[in-house]
Amino acid sequence: MKAAIITFPGSNCDRDLAMGFEKAGAEVVRVWHKDTELPAGVDVIGVPGGFSYGDYLRCGAIASRSPIGQAVSDFAAKGGYVIGICNGFQILTEMGLLPGALMRNASLKYICRPVTLKVATSDSAYTAPYGKGAEVVFPIAHHDGNFQIDAEGLKALQGEDRVAFRYAENPNGSVDDIAGVLSANRRVLGMMPHPERAIEDAQGGADGAALFRALAAIGVEA
Amino acid sequence: MKARVHVMLKDGVLDPQGEAVRHALGHLGFGGVEAVRQGKVIELDLAGTDKAAAEAEVREMCEKLLANTVIEKYTIEIA
Repeated sequence: MKAAIITFPGSNCDRDLAMGFEKAGAEVVRVWHKDTELPAGVDVIGVPGGFSYGDYLRCGAIASRSPIGQAVSDFAAKGGYVIGICNGFQILTEMGLLPGALMRNASLKYICRPVTLKVATSDSAYTAPYGKGAEVVFPIAHHDGNFQIDAEGLKALQGEDRVAFRYAENPNGSVDDIAGVLSANRRVLGMMPHPERAIEDAQGGADGAALFRALAAIGVEA
Repeated sequence: MKARVHVMLKDGVLDPQGEAVRHALGHLGFGGVEAVRQGKVIELDLAGTDKAAAEAEVREMCEKLLANTVIEKYTIEIA
């Protein structure tokens, strides 16, 4: 399985994300934001956390319109797997690949600590290894993770079982405690918590490893 | 020609930053402030001279980049 990790100016979780895939046995290719095409044979795209373009204008806004952005959109439109974590989630909402928006935390504080999440659906490659109702601990590290969506959009997410993760205790004001959401075809995941910062015990927990192992298996089965 | 774009959160979207500013004003003794909403002003210097065309173009800029219309609304002034 081949994973492409995008690096924007200001990305700072790209190497951690690459490590998550590599430790799970995937081949990783690194892609620069000025590239206009993905390498051949990519199965999964990882959009990492950080502060792309200094969070200018809005978090993720400039990155979502960068040269590689169109290639990511096209890949998703063809049914490709895309995972966006933290700033990556913000970028995917700005691209329109996922609904809603990430606003300033309700507390106005930058929050950096491990949080407990409840897996909200088994029905995705990302969450199947845990199973609905399972609890996992991933770190969060964000200032703008307050997920908001209009009432109609929220109803659609809930009705279509597209909430991937919920916070056990809401840290940032997100509507319906939402920590991560899926696209309609369930192949694009955006989430604020960092599974790539929980892949081995030395990091304080390894709950994230199963997500990367499941993704690493995608190309193998295909 | 200059264009000025005002970007504000849509009505009904909570603005925690505006609320923090309101609290701070209260601490300074400004008791009568009932609500604060914070937005952005973006000024553009445009090469063209056709006002209507400029407004249409800036509107497209707002839709594509300057505002996130999921949570934000915008107004355009051309001068």
